[in-house]
Amino acid sequence: MKFLPLVLANLKRHKLRTVLTTCSVALALFLFASLRTVVTTLNAGSEVSSSSRMIVQNATAFVIPLPQSYATRLASVPHVQAVTWANWFGGKYGDGKKFFANFAIDAKSYLEMYPEMVIPPDQKEAFLKERSAAVIGEGLMRTFGWKVGDNVTLQGTIFPGDWTFTIRGVYHPTLKEYGDDQMLFHYDYLYEREPTRVTPGWFIMKIDDPNAAPTVAKAVDDQFRNSTAPTKTGTEKAFAAGFASMWGNVKLLMSTIGMAVVFAILLVTANAMMMNQRERSGEVAVMKTIGFSDRRVFALVIIEAAVIALTGAVIGLGAATLLPIVTGFGDGGFLPGFHVTQSTFLVGASVALLLTVASGVFPAWQAAKLPVVQALRRVE
Amino acid sequence: MKIPLVYNLRSVTQRPVSTALTALGIALVVAVFIAMLALANGFIAALVQTGSSDNVLLLRRGADSELSSGIPREAISIIAASPHIATASDGRPLVSPETYIVINIPRLGGTQFDVANVVARGVSDKAFEVRRNVKVVEGRRFASGHSEICVGAKLAGRFDHVKVGDVLRFSNRDWNVVCRFTAEGSSFESEIWGENEQFQSVFRGGSFQDVAFRLKDPAGFDEAKRAFLADQRIQVDAHRESEFYASQSELLGNILRFLAIMITSIMSVGAVFGAVNTMYAAVSSRTPEIAVLLTLGFQPRSVLASFLAESAVIAFIGGVVGCLLALPINGVVTSTTNWASFSEIAFAFRVTPQLLLAGLSFAVVMGLVGGFFPARRASKMPVIQALR
Repeated sequence: MKFLPLVLANLKRHKLRTVLTTCSVALALFLFASLRTVVTTLNAGSEVSSSSRMIVQNATAFVIPLPQSYATRLASVPHVQAVTWANWFGGKYGDGKKFFANFAIDAKSYLEMYPEMVIPPDQKEAFLKERSAAVIGEGLMRTFGWKVGDNVTLQGTIFPGDWTFTIRGVYHPTLKEYGDDQMLFHYDYLYEREPTRVTPGWFIMKIDDPNAAPTVAKAVDDQFRNSTAPTKTGTEKAFAAGFASMWGNVKLLMSTIGMAVVFAILLVTANAMMMNQRERSGEVAVMKTIGFSDRRVFALVIIEAAVIALTGAVIGLGAATLLPIVTGFGDGGFLPGFHVTQSTFLVGASVALLLTVASGVFPAWQAAKLPVVQALRRVE
Repeated sequence: MKIPLVYNLRSVTQRPVSTALTALGIALVVAVFIAMLALANGFIAALVQTGSSDNVLLLRRGADSELSSGIPREAISIIAASPHIATASDGRPLVSPETYIVINIPRLGGTQFDVANVVARGVSDKAFEVRRNVKVVEGRRFASGHSEICVGAKLAGRFDHVKVGDVLRFSNRDWNVVCRFTAEGSSFESEIWGENEQFQSVFRGGSFQDVAFRLKDPAGFDEAKRAFLADQRIQVDAHRESEFYASQSELLGNILRFLAIMITSIMSVGAVFGAVNTMYAAVSSRTPEIAVLLTLGFQPRSVLASFLAESAVIAFIGGVVGCLLALPINGVVTSTTNWASFSEIAFAFRVTPQLLLAGLSFAVVMGLVGGFFPARRASKMPVIQALR
């Protein structure tokens, strides 16, 4: 510790170089942490999903609906406590540039199924009472500047025509990862206008024991195997994980780029440390002459590299943490609940340590092995 | 008078490690830059090549994707009788009423929820003539009235049971794979094709999703569009096929391009810092040399240009290495879900000469930016002090 002032003095000698190198490390860790957070956020959907809720959809393709009659048959399967259903509407708002999820729900049972969506009691009551009412996430309300009571007209893509809804409620998700940019309205309203075409797109079941999920899935799928609409049943968690996997190789790409960034910055840092050492060989020789051991000289260089790498890491990881808070990037939208996780911090810290060792070890070894007599001879 | 470039080249070789590290840092940035844009370009190209400019795609009015569209059977014969449709050699119209659906197929080695959404397109026997880019490379076309399918070339290796001769099971029925087709790298290569009448009965009772046809007069699109919009019997909208598929790539293509630009610009700042450090070190270690140059009568301007050139040379070497690093990625097939059509599309990275050139220019710009301040310090050096 008593040598810390010496290390700091050394760092101050080329102030610009130290600052630039530290900034490079900070940028690298910022990018690394942000890219890793994109991946963890894409996966987070499945982590926060419930394993006591199960989804039933058409086994052939999710776009083919299921018969309404399945509702009562699902409710009678052992372990199933409640059943609700929804239907994808896929309407466009305005020019359709800003996509958001909008679907029809069996209002009462759906809202009971999802306690994560918190709606003020009076708004909930108003929504349930009015057939053309809609409930909208607070993030989506902000995006379009809507207020409760406004009329919103969607153009149907699957169900043609203009559809007007009145906003009666705003929901707030208990966890950001659930997202707050959906628009929900009454299934009955959709059915009323398109009675020949509308049946539930998917069912959601609540089960009493998450461990019973495989049994329930098998019971449901077996029951409908030979019908015209065979089903695929799984926990919400499993479906969310399957959904995340649809990104395919994009996730791998993010991780690969993260590694490339770190490696590129490693080169910058290593170069700076080596330049420092080359310029200081005379001094190191003097220090060794007055009694600094090889090991101590080695440690001094490593500590210098550590100060740069750790300062950079703190700034970079800090900036990555602040990013969603400052820009509002994680408030719903494309990547709901975007935040730097603890594991990303740990990995980031390990990367900083790795940078320290990899950039410092060669110059430190050179310094430790410096032949004093020759080095001193070069001093003018 | 100019300082010869040889001076810089020789100076660079005096500090091989430092130069190599700086160049390699720039190389990585360039490699990531090229790779990410190659990904975005490959994805966009796959969709742009899907459509042809003299083909028309009819969708239900208001539908923005094939998935959400629907055209009733009654409308098909009205459409097929249109005078705007080209005729085949057998005198029948070049039209393909199609069913379109995305089916879940388990990925190779995945769980039952680890699925990909694959397009199953039911086409008419004229589809292979309407879509000129589609070529059967193995086996024969599916026969009418049979449970037979053709698979796109890019499905192989990603899913089971997609080789010619295999039996693929979906929608409670067994389908014999009878042919494999290519489509010039377009997104058709990620699809499964079967006969529309067969697919319609198992997937969607009574309605088709879209109608694709060849224009009789390639320049007559606007006229055909007007005619279809004016027809009160049918509720369809006409899209030029090439434009329609290109628009499907917009969302994800823009995201990928945005990511490429953002990531590489942040990375490049780091690499420029590296170049700044290296060039400052170069300038300070060569202080007496620079002083001598100035004493000899070289203009400060020449010294500035000389050091800028040196920095640019290092960066250029980095750029070349970066291009070499990125080249092997050309043609590598990757896949992701295209959210606009909700189907998984396989496509190849496309490294084009323009992209390599952009990478090299990017590298040189990084070098010039990084070298500017150190070069300016060199040119403004007080000669007397430096010589002492």
